[in-house]
Amino acid sequence: MTTARAPWVLLAPACLAGAFALLPLGYLAVRSLERGLGFAWGVAATEGTALLLGRSLGLAVAVVAASLVLGISLAWLTVRTALPGVRAWSVVATLPLAVPSYVAAFAWLSAVPELAGFTGSAVALTLVSYPYVYLPVAAALRGIDPAQEEASRSLGHGPVRTFLRVTLPQLRPAAAGGGLLVALYALSDFGAVSLMRYDTFTRGIYTSYRASFDRTPAAALSVVLVVMTVALVALETRTRGRRGHSRTGSGTARPAVPVRLGRMTIPALAWCGAIVAAAVVFPLATLGYWLAAGNLAAWDPAGLVNTAGVTLGVAAAGAALTTALALPVGVVAARYRGRTADLLEQAAYAGHALPGITVALSMVFFAVRYANPLYQELPLLVCAYAVLFLPVAVAATRAAVLQSPPVLEDVARSLGRGPLRVLRDVTVPLAAPGVAAGAALTFVVCMKELPATLLLRPTGMDTLATRLWTETGVGSYADAAPYAAALILLAAVPSYLLGKQRT
Amino acid sequence: MTDLQIKGLTKAYGPDMTVLQGLDLTVPSGSLAAVLGPSGCGKTTLLRIIAGFLRADAGTVTVGGRTLTGPGTHIPPERRRIGIVPQEGALFPHLSVAGNVAFGVTDRAARRRRTEEMLDLVGLAGYGDRMPHELSGGQQQRVALARALAPEPALVLLDEPFNALDSALRAGVRADVRAALRDIGATAVLVTHDQQEALSMADLVAVVRNGRVAQRGHPQDIYNRPADPWVAGFVGDAVLLPGTAVNGTATTALGTVELCEPTDALAEALQGTVLLRPEQLRLTEPGEAVPAGTVTDIRYYGHDALITVTVDDLDTPVDIRIGGHVTLRPGDRTGIRITGQATLHP
Repeated sequence: MTTARAPWVLLAPACLAGAFALLPLGYLAVRSLERGLGFAWGVAATEGTALLLGRSLGLAVAVVAASLVLGISLAWLTVRTALPGVRAWSVVATLPLAVPSYVAAFAWLSAVPELAGFTGSAVALTLVSYPYVYLPVAAALRGIDPAQEEASRSLGHGPVRTFLRVTLPQLRPAAAGGGLLVALYALSDFGAVSLMRYDTFTRGIYTSYRASFDRTPAAALSVVLVVMTVALVALETRTRGRRGHSRTGSGTARPAVPVRLGRMTIPALAWCGAIVAAAVVFPLATLGYWLAAGNLAAWDPAGLVNTAGVTLGVAAAGAALTTALALPVGVVAARYRGRTADLLEQAAYAGHALPGITVALSMVFFAVRYANPLYQELPLLVCAYAVLFLPVAVAATRAAVLQSPPVLEDVARSLGRGPLRVLRDVTVPLAAPGVAAGAALTFVVCMKELPATLLLRPTGMDTLATRLWTETGVGSYADAAPYAAALILLAAVPSYLLGKQRT
Repeated sequence: MTDLQIKGLTKAYGPDMTVLQGLDLTVPSGSLAAVLGPSGCGKTTLLRIIAGFLRADAGTVTVGGRTLTGPGTHIPPERRRIGIVPQEGALFPHLSVAGNVAFGVTDRAARRRRTEEMLDLVGLAGYGDRMPHELSGGQQQRVALARALAPEPALVLLDEPFNALDSALRAGVRADVRAALRDIGATAVLVTHDQQEALSMADLVAVVRNGRVAQRGHPQDIYNRPADPWVAGFVGDAVLLPGTAVNGTATTALGTVELCEPTDALAEALQGTVLLRPEQLRLTEPGEAVPAGTVTDIRYYGHDALITVTVDDLDTPVDIRIGGHVTLRPGDRTGIRITGQATLHP
């Protein structure tokens, strides 16, 4: 509501950040089309591509279907029933979000090597991504006014008919949105499928890049992958838009009376227990087993500490750059609604749709062509982190700025502060906790990032993630375990602090 | 302190969304004016244009002879010297009370003294170290006023500042704010939709309807001599009677009443609506040649009561305000007498 246009001091850096985020996408298009559309089509439209496409889509469908079953059943059990220990279950059910896909893959592969391939990939990906369905569906279930269901019952519908005709239709948008996020995760995942040696698009791109000096095939494959993920994100955004409409009234609904499970209590507990055991307990136990089984003599504490230090360093650099770029975009998006702000925000969200491997590839192309000294140097990796995780930081900044009412900025203006000083004295101090939380979150995701780090790290540099990947890849699980443990511990600290701050 | 002159102010948010349509308003230096109107009448838009948060499509805003908004002129809010007291105070939550009050004082040397003066003015001396969330709603509102006054603004705008307070607290805070503004002789504009607030606080009331000032005047004139039946109904309860006026006297079904503004003695009888307030009607013993009716409803408020009477010769019932004790019951017969003066609207 303040003066409609954003001041240049904000707009210029925000535009810079937006352009920066679009760089990989733009360059990918240039690169894959530079020998003509026909050539790119020739490279992309092969039997091999069709096979990869089939496998990627098949995997995505399987993972989404399984995640919907797990997510919706857990949501209903934890929100609407008198399941013993409901609170604990609802916390534990979200924990797999913190497990990187390659750690889950490491756990399953090291315990049951026969799982390698489609089954293993599907199991690992489902168990880390079902919370994307669980969380929105549980929220939607909590948001449905029980009075609607009571009205349905009083109008003569039984509990099953009521669930099918009143409850389920209202869960559909949440489930669809969550399912699309899972599909996006499955399509762009590299860690799990590469360890499980299942050839999907991401692994195909990686192999093609490593195998040949001609990088056009890798670029063409990337474009196909990007087209798929962008389509998914567009779909997801549309379902989110509709979800807003279906909600009437924001008053606090009376909590529903929990359903008594009766004789079904034991099977319900077993079901929840099995999911949590597979998704949380099993990876940790496997890790513990390999840590204990590892030959102490083969331990390399100095190397581990060194790798951990490098990981913390690059993640900190990545989080710092990402947060700095996100700040102007977040403020403009929160305070100066309009076409410019919408475009900027969408540009900044490009990383949300781009798989890590394609961002890394485009960075490689760009550096080789225009910035050769940067090729295989740290700054390039940090830039890739910024492109990939700008959406995380922008969302946090935008939300933080929106939390303080704009009237505070109006008042500051009327008291003689210019727009820049209002930003410094009012907007930023008030948003600081939220921005810091966003930076911590970015730090965690940078630390866990695998494909871009693999492609862009300077020669000889290892992060915990790449080391874990390499050791698992050659089957030396005991050597991989300390890196996995260190990664989980280090990522847990900021996650714990974030959780504490929210409550 | 300085006067406010607004001329021909126009603002539209779209082709069919005209909010202000050539609004004119003058507020003399040192007085407290209330801009009173229903929601959606444009009063908030008016306030935001005066403060400089919005640009006007046409018209001028001048404070103390300095044009702030005009053709080709738009002084940014930070250079207008206009203080605002928003709804619910909107104190900076990350600054102490003293930090809030000192926020707009640019002279570092005077900052401390000025802050103390202002807190003293609003009766919160010694509260400087508190944080905003440690204050009650009324205290927050008074700090917001101190903050707006601290930089010695040319004009203070108050945007429905008492809305968020519960009614027991409201009267006290209103009085404090009015006293503080009086003390330093500030020119102030209070935007409100609450007619009691406007009438009790302001030196001058401007009733706004559909983006124009429908009537501007002293509170008593607005209440007793409303420009039209809409204004009459908006600023208070009104009794509307069909009547005929000759020689400054109107004849109605409830008898004759003197008009505030005498009609032309030579003119023919004027038909119109005679407008009275419920407290101008008195209950009398029913009798011959006395207008009479039947009591149909009684609303008792404690300090007074509204008696609804269905009058024998009238289609619509009339409300009569009486003080204190109510002895009537619904169904009782009563006589009615008019006192004071009325206005006639064609």
